[in-house]
Amino acid sequence: MKLLYFAWLRARVGCAEEEFALPPEVCKVADLLDWLRSRGGGHAEALRDLRVVRVAVNQDYVGLEHPVREGDEVALFPPVTGG
Amino acid sequence: MIRVQREDFDVGAELTRLAAGNHQVGGIASFIGLVRDMGGSDRICALTLEHYPGMTERKLAEIEAEANRRWPLAASLVIHRYGRLEPGDRIVLVAAASPHREAALAACHFLIDWLKTKAPFWKAEETAAGERWVEARAEDDTSAESWKISS
Repeated sequence: MKLLYFAWLRARVGCAEEEFALPPEVCKVADLLDWLRSRGGGHAEALRDLRVVRVAVNQDYVGLEHPVREGDEVALFPPVTGG
Repeated sequence: MIRVQREDFDVGAELTRLAAGNHQVGGIASFIGLVRDMGGSDRICALTLEHYPGMTERKLAEIEAEANRRWPLAASLVIHRYGRLEPGDRIVLVAAASPHREAALAACHFLIDWLKTKAPFWKAEETAAGERWVEARAEDDTSAESWKISS
């Protein structure tokens, strides 16, 4: 799967994009966030407060219960501030 | 029409083009967002707009389609810039053309309110103290939410 990070999440994680095989214990967005946090370092720091993290799967906003599958494009970013 | 671009745009030319050849248009409402500098200790030297290529265009198209579903529009336009901008620079142009002013004004207001809370753009401000990511405002969510009940 492909993970994308934007804005301060990108800065804290330390990269804009990473690809990896979906871990077997990850079935939904909440599992993915738990797994990423368990990697520690920048990931744990960036995902410390989930109230300021938005998630998109395949370019649509989703909630924590949304399923995650191999081949998905998952993006993590803060609340948007355009306009 | 949706455009996401680094370069500036000519407001007059864009608005002229929006109604060109369409004599059903009775009015065009537009909103232009600029980079502002509030001065004082929060002085901004520049702003960098980041976005999520692909999802940005997709969300803007959805927002535009929703505006066209709610109001009888003859044409609509959203241009949003990204990259480094300085105080006074144009960021966004939203315009709605309709036979009647009520629909044009309401649709324009709706487009910018929804864009602000749904389109994946982020602003980083360059200040004397360094780079600072702009935080989302709760008032923007309230404004966007208000369209769910009033229309």
